[in-house]
Amino acid sequence: MQTLQPSQSLARAVSDESAIVTQGLSKSYKNVRALIGVDLVVPPGSVFGLLGPNGAGKTTLVRILATLLKPDAGTARVAGYDVVREGARLRTQIGVAGQYAAVDENLTGFENLEMVGRLYHLGGRVAQSRADELLEHFDLEEAGRRPVRTYSGGMRKRLDLAAALVARPPVIFLDEPTTGLDPRSRVSLWETIERRVAEGSTVLLTTQYLDEADRLADRIAVIDHGGVIAEGTSDELKHQVARERLEVVLGEGADPTVALQALAVMGDGQQPRVEGQVISVSVGRRPGAIVEAVRRLDTARVEIVDLAIRRPTLNDVFFTLTGHKAEESAGEEAE
Amino acid sequence: MRQLLAAIGDTLVITRRNLMRIPRAPDLLIGFTVQPVMFVLLFVYVFGGAIKTPGFKYVDYLMPGIITQTIAFGGYLTAVGLSEDLRKGLVDRFRSLPMARSAVLAGRTLADVVMNLLATALMVAVGLAIGFRFATSVPQVLAGILLLLLFGFAFSWIFALMGLLASSAESAGSIGFLIVFPLTFVSSAFVPVQSMPSLLQAFAKANPFTIVVDAARALFLGTPAGNSIWLALAWSLGLIAVFAPVAVARYRRVVAN
Repeated sequence: MQTLQPSQSLARAVSDESAIVTQGLSKSYKNVRALIGVDLVVPPGSVFGLLGPNGAGKTTLVRILATLLKPDAGTARVAGYDVVREGARLRTQIGVAGQYAAVDENLTGFENLEMVGRLYHLGGRVAQSRADELLEHFDLEEAGRRPVRTYSGGMRKRLDLAAALVARPPVIFLDEPTTGLDPRSRVSLWETIERRVAEGSTVLLTTQYLDEADRLADRIAVIDHGGVIAEGTSDELKHQVARERLEVVLGEGADPTVALQALAVMGDGQQPRVEGQVISVSVGRRPGAIVEAVRRLDTARVEIVDLAIRRPTLNDVFFTLTGHKAEESAGEEAE
Repeated sequence: MRQLLAAIGDTLVITRRNLMRIPRAPDLLIGFTVQPVMFVLLFVYVFGGAIKTPGFKYVDYLMPGIITQTIAFGGYLTAVGLSEDLRKGLVDRFRSLPMARSAVLAGRTLADVVMNLLATALMVAVGLAIGFRFATSVPQVLAGILLLLLFGFAFSWIFALMGLLASSAESAGSIGFLIVFPLTFVSSAFVPVQSMPSLLQAFAKANPFTIVVDAARALFLGTPAGNSIWLALAWSLGLIAVFAPVAVARYRRVVAN
């Protein structure tokens, strides 16, 4: 079993060397328990994905780690500093890009970055040259002298991300960096994150998009209803939690019940799914599954149109773990 | 000491940012340039002929009053700006940076003071152009301006509280208007208190605006000060002593959730 349960991963942790360590982190709002005993360990230099639907507690976790919010219980250290007791020193080590692009609309891109640089105490001249440098990196050179309110959504997100990188912080929090972007801007932002962010920094990325976690994160924690329900690499999660599925498209006259009976012995015990004339049976990783399935369906005289083995996606992982799809909203974010 | 210097530095960065935004937001810019000048002109040329101010030209009577009113409204920038920064995530950005956390509010109210100074200079210039004259010494005039700026600073904290309580930037602004407008009009700012019905007179005499405007007249025009200067100072410091801690406490509560 390669997938590490949170408690095991904590036991493995050498907390001094980890970029982020949380232990029993809990937070409640009036009636909502936003986080319930979250244990996480993020090794330095890695991209850690926090995957979960709206309201799962991702933003609350990031806000606590960025010292914007105090936990009710539990401890957390970022870059070696305690989030409650050593907030001031911790803040010199982090950069944050939020779900809502927190940039000043009435300032230019350059002025925004320069201001952030001065507030990191880089000094005026360094803050200015760093601002120019980042505008160039983020393809905002031309727009840099225009007020941000003239920017597109993608440009704002890029500027927000640039602001998080001004001081080259060792730990970077990206809270849903691509939410609300069109697909092309998303891909281009991913490339930027990969190029610029993963140069030795530790990144904690929250997302409700599976493809985003899959693409960017070295390790992923699946979070739902305030708790971590699984953790591992993308492949570990896919292999451990969800199996390969045999997907059969039945002919028009064929009875799905008969087909399911014929394939029952091949299943691994998980509930098969039926959607119209398409049935899907979890088969684990059985060699020869296709041949066997064809033979069994033929013997049962079930007419088939198509048949394939589908590799598991993170969506299957999510469905298996939570009983609902990842991108379905589970209510408003609890804030 | 180093921490204090850093906090001052951070406050200045935030102040500068708050001031840089103003020329880019036409409504704010107009509110602090065109509008006060327009009021000066309207009052002097429209109402001035009908209002009797024994012993004064109306423009001389008006200028200390209208400068006081404009300065009291300076905090509007804080109410609207703070409310907007909270809602748009700018406050979160600031709070995630290694800057002094006090600089967010301090930079707001300090920006108001700078803006008030500019608006005062503009109004005095327009006043001088249409016949207003100081009748006192330069130190007295400067003391008067400092006193008004201090009074405006007190109102910035009241406005800060409104910005933190209001549900939107717009409502923060309108609550401010609803409070400041009646206070300034039922005072000695525009008309002599003696011309009001007796009930209003009682209110107007106790109104801190009357006290501050009387103090400004004493320092600008040389009218008898009585104890108005000390009372104006006490009101300003008293309002700051009450509203600054309340606003800071409210700010802490708002950002904690």
